[in-house]
Amino acid sequence: MKQPVIQFEQFTFKYHSQTEPSLIDMDLTIYEGEKVLIVGPSGSGKSTLAHCLNGLVPFSYKGNMTGNLLIKGTPTASLDIFTLSKMVGTVLQDTDGQFIGLSVGEDIAFTLENELVPQKKMHDIVEKTAKLVDIHHQMNYSIHELSGGQKQRVSLAGVMVDEEIDILLFDEPLANLDPATGKYAMELIERVHTDTNKTIIMIEHRIEDALHIPFDRIIVVNEGCIVADMTPDALLASDILSDVHIREPLYTKALKYHQCLVTEEMQPAHIDTLHISNQTKLALQQKMDEDFSTLTQPRANHTVLDVKDVTFSYDKKKIIDSISFQIKAGEMVAIIGKNGAGKSTLSKVICGFEKYSDGTIMFHDQDIRDKTIFERAKHVGYVLQNPNHMISKHMIYDEVALGLVQRGLTEEEIKERVYETLRICGLYPYRNWPISALSFGQKKRVTIASILVLNPSILILDEPTAGQDLRHYTEMMEFLLTLNRQGITIIFITHDMHLMLEYTNRALVLADGKLIADKAPVDILTDDQIIAKANLKRTSLFDLAIKSGMTHPKAFIEQFISHDRKVRKTWQ
Amino acid sequence: MAVTNMLGYIDKQSPVHKLSGVSKLIIFLLWSTIAMLTYDTRVLLILFVLSLVVFKLSKIKWQEISFVVWFILFFLALNNVAIYLFSPEEGVSIYNSSHVLFEMTNRYTVTLEQLFYQFNITLKYFVVIPAALLFIVTTHPSEFAASLNKIGVHYKIGMAISLALRYIPDIQRDFRTIAQVQQARGIDLSNKEKLTKRLKNVVAIIMPLIFSSLDRIETISNAMELRSFGKHNKRTWYSERPLTKLDYLTLLISSLLFILFMIITFHDGTRFYNPF
Repeated sequence: MKQPVIQFEQFTFKYHSQTEPSLIDMDLTIYEGEKVLIVGPSGSGKSTLAHCLNGLVPFSYKGNMTGNLLIKGTPTASLDIFTLSKMVGTVLQDTDGQFIGLSVGEDIAFTLENELVPQKKMHDIVEKTAKLVDIHHQMNYSIHELSGGQKQRVSLAGVMVDEEIDILLFDEPLANLDPATGKYAMELIERVHTDTNKTIIMIEHRIEDALHIPFDRIIVVNEGCIVADMTPDALLASDILSDVHIREPLYTKALKYHQCLVTEEMQPAHIDTLHISNQTKLALQQKMDEDFSTLTQPRANHTVLDVKDVTFSYDKKKIIDSISFQIKAGEMVAIIGKNGAGKSTLSKVICGFEKYSDGTIMFHDQDIRDKTIFERAKHVGYVLQNPNHMISKHMIYDEVALGLVQRGLTEEEIKERVYETLRICGLYPYRNWPISALSFGQKKRVTIASILVLNPSILILDEPTAGQDLRHYTEMMEFLLTLNRQGITIIFITHDMHLMLEYTNRALVLADGKLIADKAPVDILTDDQIIAKANLKRTSLFDLAIKSGMTHPKAFIEQFISHDRKVRKTWQ
Repeated sequence: MAVTNMLGYIDKQSPVHKLSGVSKLIIFLLWSTIAMLTYDTRVLLILFVLSLVVFKLSKIKWQEISFVVWFILFFLALNNVAIYLFSPEEGVSIYNSSHVLFEMTNRYTVTLEQLFYQFNITLKYFVVIPAALLFIVTTHPSEFAASLNKIGVHYKIGMAISLALRYIPDIQRDFRTIAQVQQARGIDLSNKEKLTKRLKNVVAIIMPLIFSSLDRIETISNAMELRSFGKHNKRTWYSERPLTKLDYLTLLISSLLFILFMIITFHDGTRFYNPF
């Protein structure tokens, strides 16, 4: 019989700052050496659960607790955060924000420094731990020089230096990682588990990516309660995930759309283990919708943005290397590629934030080389990933009006245009609200509105859906689609392959500053060469199609996407 | 990305970089003590030449720090003007003589003594500025905390200073991005705009900067707490470097020079060198 290491017993927690409890009457036991995945939509209480385990609740975030939480048999109420952090090691979500040391070695050593380990011994332990996660060749690197995957290793090593820790808690380890790096991160966690047999608890809403490695159990949290606690196979065979609006693996969803019964015995946890009967294969080949259609093609043939041989260098290094492409009016295009491939830089160069050394950029057949940021803003608007970087006013109305006020319009004109924009963005009912009262997704909408009000014909968005669950993600994307239908050309940067697959006809793939592909998302995600070069991941829909012996896997994928969008629209 | 690294650590291979943080801190303290105490022009001139030599040794380029230097020089100029406005006869009373060069008004005469006095003040700045800048840009922020701790400052204070220094480049990057995005909305910071409006526009950039920095602070303080920061009253340091021969030698020379300069300054009972 395995020892329980974590026991929630009728546990309820309410933050002082909130009126409703975030965790309600929770019962949950996790055993020694288990690998457990915790999933749930935004605000479900899954982050609170993690905070209870590592002690941030109640030491940093205050609130009221009732019931019991025992870690290794000791009630946490009787412990302090330092004792807790010796039992539960946490790898935080923000890969950049959590680094304290400047170099790899120093950051790994942080806990040891605080534990008064002598320097000689400390260097030995750090060296040993670095080897464990394979980062020992970069010991003197500054954190900024590392790739996303290497950063993940450093943060893991920083927790593992403390050998007493035998529960590892990962808070959304896959956020901000490109698909291939995410895959390696999961494999690393699996290796650590095999080597050390520590208990692994992971919070993550990208289930398909997390299930790249086997888990013992998945716990689904919704509205503060546990709605499921079962094996991945059993969970994927049920309808629980779609009921709480969490994205299930694409292949199981495809099976369900095709009216195929998914059972636990089929081992649906991973596409490689999935058994498909002949009957299922036949069902998959049936068309789902008679009126199946791909996204509407742009109507106009007019080129709004023409980038020709543009090069941008920094410190003698080419960040953008002779890139050319054209965007037609009314298109919706994704820019994808690995972390640091030059995606954001390209957008900044287009908006005039950075000066390109070679090539030409034209808006509506006009060369814009000498145009200032402000002048370019009439044609192209740029929305940052973090809305807090853009908001400078207290009230929504003022924030959206800011750009117009600067342009010296009359009060009447401003009011009219702001109201119109707020209506388009679905923010009109909130026009007199303070921004601080809004949710993350709504704030993001305010920033889009504040750019949109200036009437740009092109909108560039950096990761429009980052940090949002499937429901908010769908809302955001449908909103962008509405804007797009009204004639605004939309370009967005993303790591989310499904987002690209689902909402665009075309994607630009960047790798090391070069444009390596400019074609339909379906073609990109089925091309192994591009996938490898740009750190992407093949869609499991393709694997499913191949597994079922289909001759036209791309048609199958397109059909799936068309159907999926229809289904999701019904939520709103 | 022009001024990304203002007052941040600049990595070079030089004897100055090789010195341990503690030695540099001690030398810097000695250096500023003498520079603050003495008005002896001979001492100040020697120190100034020495600081130029050390600066050369450090391989730090003028462009890398020019912005900060100009910034400080601006205040130096202000300071000089203020001294003259409030105390135009200071030099006369110190040196007990008066060589009037010309007269502007009854109160504001220009004397050789006053000019000499203000020259000394300026020289003091020129002695301290390179030393302070060199200390900051050649000491790795992580070693910085360790050095402060070693001379008796509590590690939490040392860590706070070192983290603040460390975040300067990050915050500069944020500032740049925010400024650019706001510029697109017509918030202009360039000198095309009137000064009053520019100041107002700065607020539009500072607000988001403050809020995003607060987010940063919350994340980092959680991360630190989860990794046992503050558990004990002491801590050890990964990047503390043991003192080498070079350190001992430099410390010895600096201390001797310090004593020598102190003697020169104080031997005649006044801190001023009087050529008149």
